Amino acid sequence: MAVTSAGRLRKNRGAAPLQALLWRWPWVRPALLLIPPLAWFVLVYLTSLVLLLVTAFWTIDTFTTQIVQVWNLDNFRIILTEPAYRLIIGRTVGIAALVTLTDAVLAFPFAYYMAKVASRRTQTVLFAAVLLPLWASYLARVYAWILILNHSGLLNWSLQSIGLPPANIGYTNTAMWLVFSYIWLPFMIIPTYAALERVPDSLLEAAADLGARRWRAVLDVVLPLAMPGVVAGSIFTFSLTLGDYITPILVGGAGSSFIGNVVYSNIGIANNVPFAAALAMVPVAIMTVYLLGAKRLGAFEAL
Amino acid sequence: MRSTKAPALWSRLGTVAAAALLMAATACGSTTNSGGPTAKEPPTAKIAPPASIGAGEGQLNLVLWDGYADKSWVDPFTAATGCKVNQKPAGSSDEMVSLMKDGGAGQWDMVSASGDADLRLIYGGDVKPMNTSLIPDFNNFQTYFKAPPYNTILGVHYGISLQWGPNTLLYSTKKFPQAPTSWSVIYDPANKGLVTVPDNPIQIADAALYLSKTQPNLGIKDPYELTQKQFDASVALLKQQRPLIKKYWALATDEITLFQNGDVTVGAAWPFQTIQLKAAGAAVADTIPTEGATGWADTWMLATKATHPNCAYLWTKWVSTPKVQAMQALSFGETPVNTKACAEMETLQAGSCAQYHADAPGTYFNTVKFWKTPIATCDDGTDTCVAYKDWQAAWTTITA
Repeated sequence: MAVTSAGRLRKNRGAAPLQALLWRWPWVRPALLLIPPLAWFVLVYLTSLVLLLVTAFWTIDTFTTQIVQVWNLDNFRIILTEPAYRLIIGRTVGIAALVTLTDAVLAFPFAYYMAKVASRRTQTVLFAAVLLPLWASYLARVYAWILILNHSGLLNWSLQSIGLPPANIGYTNTAMWLVFSYIWLPFMIIPTYAALERVPDSLLEAAADLGARRWRAVLDVVLPLAMPGVVAGSIFTFSLTLGDYITPILVGGAGSSFIGNVVYSNIGIANNVPFAAALAMVPVAIMTVYLLGAKRLGAFEAL
Repeated sequence: MRSTKAPALWSRLGTVAAAALLMAATACGSTTNSGGPTAKEPPTAKIAPPASIGAGEGQLNLVLWDGYADKSWVDPFTAATGCKVNQKPAGSSDEMVSLMKDGGAGQWDMVSASGDADLRLIYGGDVKPMNTSLIPDFNNFQTYFKAPPYNTILGVHYGISLQWGPNTLLYSTKKFPQAPTSWSVIYDPANKGLVTVPDNPIQIADAALYLSKTQPNLGIKDPYELTQKQFDASVALLKQQRPLIKKYWALATDEITLFQNGDVTVGAAWPFQTIQLKAAGAAVADTIPTEGATGWADTWMLATKATHPNCAYLWTKWVSTPKVQAMQALSFGETPVNTKACAEMETLQAGSCAQYHADAPGTYFNTVKFWKTPIATCDDGTDTCVAYKDWQAAWTTITA
């Protein structure tokens, strides 16, 4: 008797500690769940960012191209004072903003139609149509635009066949603006659509009951409610354009370098990693400001 | 064929796109020139090369440009010698130099280094002298490539030349019924928006080469060794050129597309583009203008700590034969150094010998300035030249 009870006691003691531990310290359970993703985030993501930041304050020896670990602000001084880099940063941010604006203007009526006007069936078809381009490779779509925009391309052929002079927009910043606007459009439509769908129809009916015409209701009721969705979409279009360096290589002309292109050539060609790191901090800073602004506009609740 | 070639040619950009030479200040001085009497002796100069090739070791580990050991000539080599070839393609000259550190560390036997990496390898002690008499085809090489300044120092050969290519002036024959005789066409405002040049800092050397003829008072002797004043003049010329440029091309295929669609009518190119365009029926031709041209050239070099030296010599012997030289030239789009390869090229592809300038007379090589990485040390031993890092920075301001 005593033996079995002692045995059972021992057995219980063996199974209980973990449960007892979780019961005594309730925070252990979420901690165990969170440690793997957090460790990943801190080790892989934050550490690389910190390394980037640290490297940005070093320079390379002109002669040996080895990194010299002496703290200085030379790289940042060059970026801020050399007109070429200011031009490139300005161009990158400018085109990213323009693309975001274009996509917002194009996406809103489309998303509104999808969310509020179209039948269930049409909605599904439109949704598929929006996502369809994402099935094709990014490169294939950019090359398709080269074929459209170049000197003897579809655009000029069409213009000439209706008696208009050719438009020479192949390999220009205009071409980049067009291609970026096309490529990132789905990323604007989908969050805008999601936000619009959440606007209750009853609000539109109430607006109508109070005598508002349709456009007035859209402007005063729907737009403010859908704004967080548009801002959420703009995070995608803006940051994706800001970080791109392939489209500028392919459809850009002379004077189409983006921040990414300069980073790439400093690492791949000149082996000047510190300068590339310093320049890479620019989009990080811009996005930080942008995201803080987006947060104030409620974009994160819409995501 | 083209799609397999294009990435290989693209990596060529990385060849020249290397950073400044990695060598001690003492090792520099006037060593960058043809190994004249003032050149300093490299660390491995006294290592005597073998007098004969022994039996193969069964293995050969190569650091090379992608496509330099194609199945079509590696398989027969392995079958004949029993040397199994292991390849490590490198993306840039920098990568080659870092792989070959410590004489290849016993891991790598040979490297297909380009002119801009050669001196780094030689003065780093990473490669050792080779015995040219063990390569029978060496006697058939173009005279220039028997002892070019980038791989032969004080008469000692630190490798066996392989292939080369010029940077030519490509033009539309519709726009230019008469072949242009000067690089001035790519700096001429009359061609506004119709010009394309490589997106590569070494393009500054092309401007310097042009200025060395058109503005002799600048005193430019070597387009890769520029004083600040000469450098600034070259950069200023390229900044003037900037509004004329339709696009700075990164991929050889990009330039082909530009010419095919009529977006540009003149530009700097490699023979590869001319050949592809002509094959596609485009009305283009290329020329080496009177000012001369820049070019690139590769060398098989033997690692100081090579563990399979016999296979390495057997390989060098094999890739120097006319047939393999011709195959590689046509597969990669470059020119063999072996003059006997011309006939083989004709068999493989009629007319290719002349297309690639494989039949060029010796005087032709006076007009080609082969790539080497700019370093701070000038030919006269002073540290007054502009280093590659600044070339890169200036290139960003030109193309911005």
